[in-house]
Amino acid sequence: MTTTTKIHPGHTDQARPRAHHPGLNLGPAHQESEDTREEMVFGFWVFMMSDLIVFGLLFATYVTMLGGTAGGPGPSDLFELKSAFIETMLLLISSFTFGMASLALKYRSDRKVLVAWLLVTLLLGLGFLAHELYDFHKMFTEGGVPSRSGFLSAFFSLVPLHGLHVIGACIWLIALLGQIAVHRLDPPTKTGLMRLAILWHFLDVVWIGIFSLVYLGGIV
Amino acid sequence: MSYRQLSEQEAREKSGELRSYLWGFGLALILTLIPFGLAAYTQMAAGTLYLVIAGCAVIQIVVHFRFFLHITLARNKREDLQLILFTVLILAIMVGGTLWILFNLYYRMMPDMLP
Repeated sequence: MTTTTKIHPGHTDQARPRAHHPGLNLGPAHQESEDTREEMVFGFWVFMMSDLIVFGLLFATYVTMLGGTAGGPGPSDLFELKSAFIETMLLLISSFTFGMASLALKYRSDRKVLVAWLLVTLLLGLGFLAHELYDFHKMFTEGGVPSRSGFLSAFFSLVPLHGLHVIGACIWLIALLGQIAVHRLDPPTKTGLMRLAILWHFLDVVWIGIFSLVYLGGIV
Repeated sequence: MSYRQLSEQEAREKSGELRSYLWGFGLALILTLIPFGLAAYTQMAAGTLYLVIAGCAVIQIVVHFRFFLHITLARNKREDLQLILFTVLILAIMVGGTLWILFNLYYRMMPDMLP
């Protein structure tokens, strides 16, 4: 693995360091185990893309089931613009704060700022989950249970699967905070943070599809 | 001093990356507020509104990939981009086929299921 900079002809601006994997690259100051990090982060990217297929097909299933309310409550009875907006904001801001955590990992030698941004991200993620669970609870009390109709079954296989991913990401984040506390910033911890960053940003991308198609599309 | 001693190039890279995250956040915020604002405060025709929502969503997805996941058109990142494009191709075939078959079925046999 060479660390030379590749510039292709016709590219006149600053020579950029070679990017080894998707997401933020830590660069030459974090050379230790750069090769395994490239493999592990790229492998995780492949997994993310297969996850994208799962979500894409659940979106398609949801659209085919839009007409199948079977006389039960439909999208405009169950969804609220305000709570969808709050959840969207929580997730979008948490994506930004995770970006700030990635920068702190790359450019700072201490752990304080990194841990602070990670904690803010975790709180925003947990806030999103709490709000989503509260939403589901309200839907249940209005008769919107998964067994009510094909539409609700499709809704509850798509949106809570995203929520389940966020729960997994929060647990992973807590585990990584433990790793940072015990092992400081050793190579496996850094690689873990890079992969979690990809998962976190990816989940926000899936949420764009959910708030646009499910919530906004359902309310309009 | 909690920053590592940054070389001049690193310092430049750092401010560029910080700017990239801020741009991404700003653009994503605007592209979120437009569809929510239109849905909440205007009486736009449903058809136009659907188009605006879909357009904003597609642009916002590209913004997230570009500024948060750092997927660019630079030659040294082609593998990631190719993987995305291939996944989108597979998705387009499967999602398009699903919608085509099922809505054709609804049209012929279950008109109640059509929106």
